[in-house]
Amino acid sequence: MSPASTTNPPPTDERLTVDGLAPEGRGRVLLIACGALAREILAMKEANGWDHLDLQCLPAILHNAPQRIVPAVETAVEAARGRYAEIFVVYADCGTGGLLQAACDRLGVGMVEGPHCYSFFEGNAVFAARGEVTAFYLTDFLVRQFDAFVWRPLGLDRHPELRDMYFGNYETLVYQAQTDDPLLTEKAKACAERLGLAFERRFTGYGDLGGVLGRL
Amino acid sequence: MADDEIILSELDDEELVAQMFDDLYDGLKEEIEEGVNILLERGWTPYDILTKALVGGMTVVGADFRDGILFVPEVLLAANAMKGGMHILKPLLAETGAPRVGKMVIGTVKGDIHDIGKNLVSMMMEGAGFEVVDIGINNAVEKYLEALETEKPDILGMSALLTTTMPYMKVVIDTMKEKGIRDDFIVLVGGAPLNEEFGRAIGADAYCRDAAVAVETAKTLVARKHNQPAAH
Repeated sequence: MSPASTTNPPPTDERLTVDGLAPEGRGRVLLIACGALAREILAMKEANGWDHLDLQCLPAILHNAPQRIVPAVETAVEAARGRYAEIFVVYADCGTGGLLQAACDRLGVGMVEGPHCYSFFEGNAVFAARGEVTAFYLTDFLVRQFDAFVWRPLGLDRHPELRDMYFGNYETLVYQAQTDDPLLTEKAKACAERLGLAFERRFTGYGDLGGVLGRL
Repeated sequence: MADDEIILSELDDEELVAQMFDDLYDGLKEEIEEGVNILLERGWTPYDILTKALVGGMTVVGADFRDGILFVPEVLLAANAMKGGMHILKPLLAETGAPRVGKMVIGTVKGDIHDIGKNLVSMMMEGAGFEVVDIGINNAVEKYLEALETEKPDILGMSALLTTTMPYMKVVIDTMKEKGIRDDFIVLVGGAPLNEEFGRAIGADAYCRDAAVAVETAKTLVARKHNQPAAH
């Protein structure tokens, strides 16, 4: 049996959304990440043999409540301090308005550059150069969890008539694909239809994230 | 047949206004429109209907939103119901010469297309007697300046939902300073990622955390402005 078979089974999206993911407790570097990035980080870890990286994820649903990200990261960093040689926060600014960067500076830990995952998945420079205003983005994770992150929190399951109040100014749903998965692409297309938006698929892979984690 | 069905026209005025509060809270647009029409038939002035029934009801909604009892979808439904009532009252308010508290130009900043908060503020400001000129979304500084020049409002309102776009508010305020017109206007800013500290840092007169606060702040600052002695 390969050593990989001794690791925990991959977490479900539902668990990553609500609970996050506990670290395995081994490795030199602890990544404290958004649950929405878990599968991508685990895939890169396995593909590159990054056994020195341990992964802890905070509940992905914090994506919908940026004001809760900073305290959650602070708590996680403090709890892990002393147990790893290095701690790295795998969040971008993510709607915290610079507060997460300030917290990471205060805690002496690094974090991912950029405004949000949509930006670093495309590459921050490329994303900024596009200057898109009317695009609504979904990643692989958010396509899979569209109902939990978009449809239900906005009340569209109960009040579909609100759709255009939320999305009337958007034009296109851009699916930033981390993987080539025809089923996910079909699901993303269906999400665009539900929101009344045009559809565009952009393969991004892991964008800047691979380089960032590769340097740890 | 529902035994508990409420016939709005059978309620007395006090009961009807209380029921309209409930209907606004529940986002029932048709019922609100019916309630407004009944009160008009009973001889209420459009201004009284607006302030006592609609704004009164939305104030309850706003308070419960602030307290975490209601969430955005419910507030939007309530706003939509109020909009139905406002649609009936607006032309009548113009005819009957309702008191005008002041004038506001409002818009979402460049790079930002989110207008839910802005639209709520516009509606509540109109409900409070302000004339509102809504310049929409994704506004560059030139568009704001043009609207200030043309409309000569008391207040400029700027809104942003994104942390990436909210710094643009400072660009607008700094340009107003460069042109020597900053102090001619009250500048109010709002939006989910903002806070008081940000409002102060960019040189706004106030950060307004929600539509109700925007209305109260606007009233206070406009009254203060009007009470100021002429420049000497």
